Amino acid sequence: MKFGVIIFPGSNCDHDAFWTIHHVAKQPVTFLWHDSHDLQNCDAIVVPGGFSFGDYLRTGAIAKFSPVMESVREFAAGGGLVLGICNGFQILCESGLLPGALMRNVGLKYVCKQVQVKVENNQTPFTNACRTGEVLTIPIGHMEGNYFCDEATLEELKRDNRIVFRYTSANGEITDESNPNGSLENIAGICNAGRNVLGMMPHPERAAEPELGGVDGVKIFESLVGAMALK
Amino acid sequence: MTTSAISAITPDTIREHGLTPEEFEKIKSLLGGREPTRTELGIFSVMWSEHCSYKSSRVHLKRLPTRSKLVVQGPGENAGIVDIGDGWACAFKIESHNHPSFIEPFQGAATGVGGILRDIFTMGARPVAIMDSLRFGPIKPGEETSHRSPNGQQGASRTQPTQAEVHKNHSVMEGVVSGVASYGNCFGVPNLGGEVKFEACYSGNPLVNAFALGLVRRDQIFYGRASGEGNPVIYVGSKTGRDGIHGATMASEEFSAGSEAKRPNVQVGDPFMEKLLLEACLEAMQTGAIVGIQDMGAAGLTCSTCEMGARGGTGVEIELDRVPQRETGMTPYEIMLSESQERMLLVAQKGREDEVFHVFQKWGLDAVEVGRVTSDATMRVLEHGEVVAEIPNAALTDDAPVYKRPLVRWEPPVDREKPEHIQLGEAKDFTLQLKRLLASPNICSKRWVWQQYDHMVQTNTVEAPGAGDAGVIRIKGSKRGLAMALDGNGRWCYLDPKLGAMHAVAEAARKVACAGATPIGATNCLNFGNPEKPNIMWQFSQVIDGITKACEELDTPITGGNVSFYNETLGEGIYPTPVIGVVGILEDVHKSTKMHFAREGRDAARKIVLLRATEAGDAVDAEVEFGSSEYAKEVLGGMWGYPPGLDMEKEATLQRALVAIIQGGLVESAHDCADGGLAAALVEASLPAQTGCKVRLPKSKLALEFLLFGEDAGRIVLSCDPAKLSRIQQAAEEFGVFADVMGETGGDRVEISADDGMVISASVEELRSAYEGALEKALKTDPVAAIAH
Repeated sequence: MKFGVIIFPGSNCDHDAFWTIHHVAKQPVTFLWHDSHDLQNCDAIVVPGGFSFGDYLRTGAIAKFSPVMESVREFAAGGGLVLGICNGFQILCESGLLPGALMRNVGLKYVCKQVQVKVENNQTPFTNACRTGEVLTIPIGHMEGNYFCDEATLEELKRDNRIVFRYTSANGEITDESNPNGSLENIAGICNAGRNVLGMMPHPERAAEPELGGVDGVKIFESLVGAMALK
Repeated sequence: MTTSAISAITPDTIREHGLTPEEFEKIKSLLGGREPTRTELGIFSVMWSEHCSYKSSRVHLKRLPTRSKLVVQGPGENAGIVDIGDGWACAFKIESHNHPSFIEPFQGAATGVGGILRDIFTMGARPVAIMDSLRFGPIKPGEETSHRSPNGQQGASRTQPTQAEVHKNHSVMEGVVSGVASYGNCFGVPNLGGEVKFEACYSGNPLVNAFALGLVRRDQIFYGRASGEGNPVIYVGSKTGRDGIHGATMASEEFSAGSEAKRPNVQVGDPFMEKLLLEACLEAMQTGAIVGIQDMGAAGLTCSTCEMGARGGTGVEIELDRVPQRETGMTPYEIMLSESQERMLLVAQKGREDEVFHVFQKWGLDAVEVGRVTSDATMRVLEHGEVVAEIPNAALTDDAPVYKRPLVRWEPPVDREKPEHIQLGEAKDFTLQLKRLLASPNICSKRWVWQQYDHMVQTNTVEAPGAGDAGVIRIKGSKRGLAMALDGNGRWCYLDPKLGAMHAVAEAARKVACAGATPIGATNCLNFGNPEKPNIMWQFSQVIDGITKACEELDTPITGGNVSFYNETLGEGIYPTPVIGVVGILEDVHKSTKMHFAREGRDAARKIVLLRATEAGDAVDAEVEFGSSEYAKEVLGGMWGYPPGLDMEKEATLQRALVAIIQGGLVESAHDCADGGLAAALVEASLPAQTGCKVRLPKSKLALEFLLFGEDAGRIVLSCDPAKLSRIQQAAEEFGVFADVMGETGGDRVEISADDGMVISASVEELRSAYEGALEKALKTDPVAAIAH
């Protein structure tokens, strides 16, 4: 059960994800270089946060052309587990692994703070350690987290129960005040039809140790470990 | 020397280069009597600029304490380094980027962050935290105050800001904050806050002081030295363009009406490039093939070549044709003076160049051998194989002019006693005044600022901005942590430069101690007006004396920093504003303290204790000192007197007692009682967990204003489990400081009473709405509409 964390030029949460997987989830983990097709037989791939290629042109727009992403697309098509966090979510959208796009926050400013997200679906390899309806406190830190997709896609996401996380108040109400970036229907994370690819704007790796202010993010990694054990 | 490189140098040319006729004569004599080429003149002009040469400040800076048993590297390198145990050392420094930030706020601030980060990773340290100290002009249109300004004296109380000024200040602040955010966020270093202050004198002279701290293994530190004759000199990073030419010279003169036309002198930052440069440099250092490394900041290629040679006792020779260039047709003058960002110069071991090139290639960066190390202590610049500049290193460094400028004692044009029209001690209830104070720009929540900064990346942030008085990070793989804080108080330094500077050091260290950390080192950023004015130079000298006294007493040597003079626009200068950064070690990071009362304190009362260094002053002191407070400025509309007194020896004892009490696990919260006095400190401790408090003021003959809002230094609001109170009192007694029980936590109101009854009573929620959102409100308020209203 080996994790791989991709490094793009400009990734800056790569070491954080590595640390959490290694020191908190206690799982084997290795770095994967953007310029290589080799996924080193990893069982789950993390596309980390940061500013891949400086976020120039458009977030994730250049990273999708990296050789490693060709392998990730094949890996995902074969049912491999892929978790995109923040910039990783943006890259997965640009790569066509997830539908929709992440636009600039409605406030037009970078926002870094703790937010609450509700687990809308725990029947995924990323949330099986949570209860459906459970509210997790996990921080965000982004300028482009405003999720958008067309109506047909939104209907599909809802119908297939693919909206995995929504921004909510502390007691789980979906309100405008709890939406930090203007995302459509408070969407904070979605998965693909096969449920093996998840993109989320909040950073679970930043909520994994009590001294840093919370541990709710660990559940995402625990879920992945559980899912891999079943495979 | 080619004839084409020589053009007649006229007195105008010399003046345009910011040099005096005497300095030009000195240049000629250092060059053995010949006239410099144009390129050489440009090189001298930047290296002898105030910004690079410290020519006015050097004689005073020598007085600063720079050593302790923990200091590994003091001033003189790219950053200072302090040993923090477990085989780790930390590199840190603060630097100004004031002039560029006024001309182009976004890029000015962004490249300020970029510059200080490079200073840190040049030493081999990975940056793990940044902070910044920002000062702007007023962001609120003038409010009617019932009081006249004291005698209408200039400087003491300026006229209310105009609409245009407020507008301009908003755009400068918006630009600076997004510039800091954009650079730090992309680079991937947590911003732990710092300070944001507003005073009229910063309207035309905003201050942007950026602090960075990095971690390095004690035995893997790199220095900016060129050694080993014949070793290759390698240029890495961004290509050289025409941006930032004469940036250092610009930062060494006053602003006039046309200064905004200097926008092309401001550099443009590329944080993505810097991130790649960081990773590539640290990886290249691991190869063992790098001998020395220095960033190209102010004065770019010029500064890095002559300084590396000077430190190494060698010379550096470079061939400009090999320098990667972004634009065509650049002259030697332009290449040498460009301040294009994200560039480094390094010296590698001969024969091992390829190991270095390989790493930079992996990260997609330019790395080109541009020259070699020589043995003749001379900087030599060639173009097409011909020498265009040949200057002894010493002429640009050690032999640069040093001025012992005249000092003339200066008295600020303010009353030293309370003006008669200001009446104190009459009101019985201060709830409204408190709310007004909480909503004032200097005291209100700065969340709007720090929420734009990524303060969590790298997953080390134990105390984020707004959580404590200091920023705290853990060190992965160690039990220890680091606390850091920035502090400055221009108004206090204006009233008394020496005392004000002592306060800046004491308060920065006290904030660090409030987190439970022992202060171990400091860095300073000294922001002043024109040093050619004897009054300004006197202020500078006084401030150095103050910092020296305080740093010696607290055992926090200054390991580096910078001086920013000429913060004047149209002849109007800033308050003397030293900003001090203090770094402290937490022996056990799990025992770091937050500033707020615990949530549990709502139902189960915790004791509130005021830990103090000294006895409260008498009524005369209180009245004189109250004139320097935020309350006097914001609520009474005046400024008079002196900053509060400060006994450094007792302050040091207090901080030691505080750290012992916190590390002993005796308290649940600790918060420095500073701007806005006891009342503001209690509110700030109550807000985060919505835990109210009931506090009784001690019996006193002093007016209630002093007790509530006076800013006596050396006071800390603690909260603790009642069962631990006696141990705190015992510890206080052992150290010889005072621990007064002030009241207890509980409920959801802040209630402060005196002998005659309640003097402040408000719900935590009411106070929150005053404190939070005030900044957003001020920034969104269209000054035109506000005034029309």
